[in-house]
Amino acid sequence: MTSGAPHVSPQPGAVATPILEADHLQKRFPVQGSFGRQLTVRAVEDASLALYPGRALALVGESGSGKTTIARMLARVYDPTAGTLRFQGKPVQFAGGAALRDYRRHVQLIFQDPFASLNPVHDVRYHLARLLRVHGHAKTSAQATQQALALLQRVSLTPAEQFLYKYPHQLSGGQRQRVAIARALAVHPQVLLADEPVSMLDVSIHLDILNLLRQLKNEDHLAFLFITHDIATARYFAEETNVLYAGQMVEGGPSDEVIQHPKHPYTQLLIAAAPDPARLNAEGKRVDALPARGEIPSLVNPPTGCRFHPRCPHAMPVCRERFPARTDLGNGHWTHCFLYGDGTTTTQPS
Amino acid sequence: MSQSPLLPTPVLESVEGEQTPLLQAPITSRPISSLALVHNAWRFVTSNGKVATGSAIIGFFVLVAIVGPLFVHQNPNLFTNQILLQPSAAHPLGTNQGGQDVFSQLVIGTRSSLFWAFVAGVLVMIISVTVGLVSGYLGGITDDVFSLITNVFLVIPSFPLAIVAAQYFSRSEFTVALIVALTNWPWGARVLRAQTLSMRNREFITAARSSGERTWRIIFFEIFPNQLSIVAASFITTTIQVLLQVAGLEFLGFGDPTAVSWGTMLYNAYNNSALLLGAWWWFAPPGICIALLGSGMALLNFGIDEYADPRLRLKRKRAARQKAVAA
Repeated sequence: MTSGAPHVSPQPGAVATPILEADHLQKRFPVQGSFGRQLTVRAVEDASLALYPGRALALVGESGSGKTTIARMLARVYDPTAGTLRFQGKPVQFAGGAALRDYRRHVQLIFQDPFASLNPVHDVRYHLARLLRVHGHAKTSAQATQQALALLQRVSLTPAEQFLYKYPHQLSGGQRQRVAIARALAVHPQVLLADEPVSMLDVSIHLDILNLLRQLKNEDHLAFLFITHDIATARYFAEETNVLYAGQMVEGGPSDEVIQHPKHPYTQLLIAAAPDPARLNAEGKRVDALPARGEIPSLVNPPTGCRFHPRCPHAMPVCRERFPARTDLGNGHWTHCFLYGDGTTTTQPS
Repeated sequence: MSQSPLLPTPVLESVEGEQTPLLQAPITSRPISSLALVHNAWRFVTSNGKVATGSAIIGFFVLVAIVGPLFVHQNPNLFTNQILLQPSAAHPLGTNQGGQDVFSQLVIGTRSSLFWAFVAGVLVMIISVTVGLVSGYLGGITDDVFSLITNVFLVIPSFPLAIVAAQYFSRSEFTVALIVALTNWPWGARVLRAQTLSMRNREFITAARSSGERTWRIIFFEIFPNQLSIVAASFITTTIQVLLQVAGLEFLGFGDPTAVSWGTMLYNAYNNSALLLGAWWWFAPPGICIALLGSGMALLNFGIDEYADPRLRLKRKRAARQKAVAA
């Protein structure tokens, strides 16, 4: 582990080696501006994270903060503009073909929208069987069916025989997402990247799906990247939480620590925005309401330095000039904010 | 959609039958049996007046093309001395100036006209699907090259080119079909490319890609089935086009003059001044057949449009309801 690596396991002595690491990932998308100008969307700047077997890392941030982009870079849907990926300690070559298929045998993505992620013309069996066949887990059609049935049972779609030949339009949102989870499990992955797996679903079934994912994580010792905009869900599901703002990682550490003692002004704002009956006073007014100002900035032309400075109540002149380095706050908790120093405790180029 | 995922959905009738023997029985058996397929096809054909009329007309001609020649015992090209006879019991559609029986020519001609229209239609479909889907999905330089070729073919006036080309190559029906196919594919390719562009960034395609599917499988097994209704509609449209163009080329004398087809019948009738002679039984039947088959296919196409677009179906239902209320 590098000196700047933020992830210290909360359980003493349980420090494992990360299975998937991302170092200083950066993603820029070229877009066509008006009058044919070439513009660049700076979606993600300098994102580093590490995933450990049997542990979940939550990535929290609002829309447009680059959560999905990070997940898709880890899933190799996009190649990063800069930065490295290490899988099981070995740097990942950004090449296609057999190497890419091999990578995807270990790392799978669960999509946000179960209404869009299943092909409407294929039935459930086809979705599962294709992965089993592509990755060589099933040699014959009969084997594929047997394994598909087992997968459906694992995601509690029972009786599995009834779901095997259903088409996506015959399933509810929760059922579809279970099929999508089963599809991700079909390759026996070691890493699951879940991109807001419950946000498109009815609130009443959030917990069912979350508990299913947690059960799978524990049974298969899966490394999880859990993307959400809901900080309560992050705390419920993940051991660690990283907070992302406008493509920059601003704070991270053990989930309880980050959520109960947020240090970065943005995290404080995010947590203050979550409804919590304990924080209401007698008149039903918020006792600790932070004044929220501004919107998430344009990523084509982002603010200089720390991208949060136009909205930050504590903004200083230096915030405008450069992005602060990582400051270690102890106990695995870290932040990028000049309020807590300039990365003097540990050094890391930003 | 708020239903709990643990609650089993109501069992569908097609699944129920499969339910118990599924684990033991040969797994290849799909819930859609051939019987259900026939049932679905029948429901589609009878779903709507346009489809019903169109398929009845097409069905009739297909039937004539297949079994018709079995009932014609006369050589359609046999010259006799009974020239320009009016329709009678012996010659249901009279004879032409060569004394050939028009009815047998019409029946024999149905097969070749239909067959070559179909062959050219299939060729057009294969080329346009391949070019449209591959260029739309792959993008980049492939798309640029394919789009350029498509656009060049698009602006080539197809009928004059077909006439020129027919001069150079051997005058067979295959040549005509090939030429017509080569000048008719760009329209379908353009439509399918546009559709593919809108589909390639859909999440289920990204999901297929990230699950490790190969590119050709994504194109032909994930995207293509989603475009079947467009492909079917454009197949019928091009088949009409092809039918008319083949007949047109033959009428102008660029077909194989010894072959019997509707187009060559018209060609012979025109060249032998059937119109001046007043021999309507000679030129009218092939013309009517072409017009009828063309309108049959057009009706089927309208029907497919309505079937594929639920909004049109809804409009029709609402109109029917209003009619019922008014009555």
